[in-house]
Amino acid sequence: MSNGQNQDQSMFSNAILKWIDDRFPLSSLIREHATEYYASKNFNIWYIFGVLSLVVLVIQLVTGIFLTMSYKPSAKEAFDSVEYIMRSVEWGWLIRYMHSTGSSFFFIVVYLHMFRAMLYGSYKKPRELVWIVGMLIYFCLIAEAFFGYLLPWGNMSYWAAQVIVNLFSAIPFIGETLTEWIRGDYYISDITLNRFFAFHVIAVPLAIIALVFAHILALHHVGSNNPDGIEIKNYKDEQGKPIDGVAFHPYHTSKDLVWITVFLILFFAAVFFAPEMGGFFLEADNFEPANPLQTPEHIVPPWYLTPYYAILRAIPNKLLGVIFLASSVLFFVFLPWLDKCKVKSIRYRGWQYKLALSCFAISFVVLGYLGTQPATGIYVVLARLFTIVYFLFFLMMPFYTRFEKTKQVPERVVYKK
Amino acid sequence: MTNLNRRRFLSIATTLTGGIGILFSAIPFISSFQPSKKAKALAVAVKVNLSKLEPGSIIKVIWRGQPVWILHRSKEMIENLQDSKVDLRDPNSELSVQPVFAKNAYRSLKPRYFIVEGICTHLGCAPIEKLALAPADMGPDWQGGFYCPCHGSKFDLSGRVYTGVPAPANLRIPPHRYEDENTVIIGETEDAENV
Repeated sequence: MSNGQNQDQSMFSNAILKWIDDRFPLSSLIREHATEYYASKNFNIWYIFGVLSLVVLVIQLVTGIFLTMSYKPSAKEAFDSVEYIMRSVEWGWLIRYMHSTGSSFFFIVVYLHMFRAMLYGSYKKPRELVWIVGMLIYFCLIAEAFFGYLLPWGNMSYWAAQVIVNLFSAIPFIGETLTEWIRGDYYISDITLNRFFAFHVIAVPLAIIALVFAHILALHHVGSNNPDGIEIKNYKDEQGKPIDGVAFHPYHTSKDLVWITVFLILFFAAVFFAPEMGGFFLEADNFEPANPLQTPEHIVPPWYLTPYYAILRAIPNKLLGVIFLASSVLFFVFLPWLDKCKVKSIRYRGWQYKLALSCFAISFVVLGYLGTQPATGIYVVLARLFTIVYFLFFLMMPFYTRFEKTKQVPERVVYKK
Repeated sequence: MTNLNRRRFLSIATTLTGGIGILFSAIPFISSFQPSKKAKALAVAVKVNLSKLEPGSIIKVIWRGQPVWILHRSKEMIENLQDSKVDLRDPNSELSVQPVFAKNAYRSLKPRYFIVEGICTHLGCAPIEKLALAPADMGPDWQGGFYCPCHGSKFDLSGRVYTGVPAPANLRIPPHRYEDENTVIIGETEDAENV
């Protein structure tokens, strides 16, 4: 009897699905992108950060929408409205701390995601566009973080915006006009705040969502890379499925669910117990309202931009500093062409790339630390030293990767049962 | 054949016309980013009375939303400026922004009153006044001046930038004129061409 009921139900849902499929490619979309999208079975922990960045994106979108319901984008009211959210709005503190902590966690998972690509050569042919679209997402994230950073209208918000907007004044001839155009005023004012709000809540998020779609479409077109850096498409069974691949859903998704749970535990530990993270997530100076007469003693950007900030400060010339800053971010885009080695995964690459990537990772972290310190004495010397290391990684890449002595790459992925 | 050529010509012509149309329609949106009429109207001149400003002291006023400092330089300060003991990047203010009347060692109309925009020419932080000679934190060679805490730029008491610091030019001097002996108007000059 219950069997008959189940049969009736499934017949009913099949009829609905058929009705939809005749009008919208629902089943084929699910097949193409989930149940019949095959990714390598030997994924390791480095392969969770793509999914995790989607999780943080959703957290940011949802908490962001609820924050705009209580936030007021005007110079007179912004600071107070953030305090109002923290003190008076029911659960407002949680929504705001999730959003502020989320921005830091976004960059943590994105940096690890990018480093994964550098470990296993995920930017190499045929995934150049996956990488470039990913870099565009990263640039949008930086813009999103920068625009969002002004909104609390604290003193650090104010001066960070002043400094970043003034970077454009280094451009010869049009610089001054350009900064005035960006601000819409002669100083960082109510007008600037209002337009940064528009960028933060509409323009940039729309761009990010569109780019994330393009990123996933391009990835599913060429197929995911794996820790061995070999194409699983080369070995298919009679049905045309890659032998070393397993379906994204349910196999990879159920594994991801475990890691998402671990991630959320860490995320909410930060939200509940260390939302300021000792000044790294929320700076003390930002608990004071914006004051155009008083620069904070040490202007620091949020931690995820401090490596670039250290590079900017290491150069004792304004225009050159800005050029170095811009190129330090832009160089990533050209990795697919700077890297001349045919082997993708670091498992089978020569010592040259292993050494170079290690030096680069160290210099990125050290520059990140130096960017939080005052620009004096030994800190400047170290910043210059590591800036050189940082740029040598990219500039010398066509040379050291050409002469790499690589190991034999296996035909099939390595998988321990 | 002619038909194909005709089609190609029409496609290119349509694309070009449409493209030019889109470019022109971007003008209002790009222009809307400029300072509005209201922002321009609020950027008016400010009047400051200097009669109570003692020698060696500084006041900060706001003009166009930005800090402007007025420093009453003492006799010693003025004498120190004439024969500068530090390396300056632009001692004659050739590369810097100031009204024509301020293109001298004092960078002001009257040597005793130094009126300057309190914004570092590097990235726009507010420098800190370090007026005393050789204070502990600035070292024994410090001649008095301004220090930017963000990136370490140094300026003398005429806002002239030191060499070896990231700021590219001297601090900007805003247009200003004296209404009478003790009243200065910041944001206006005697002569419009002076700005």
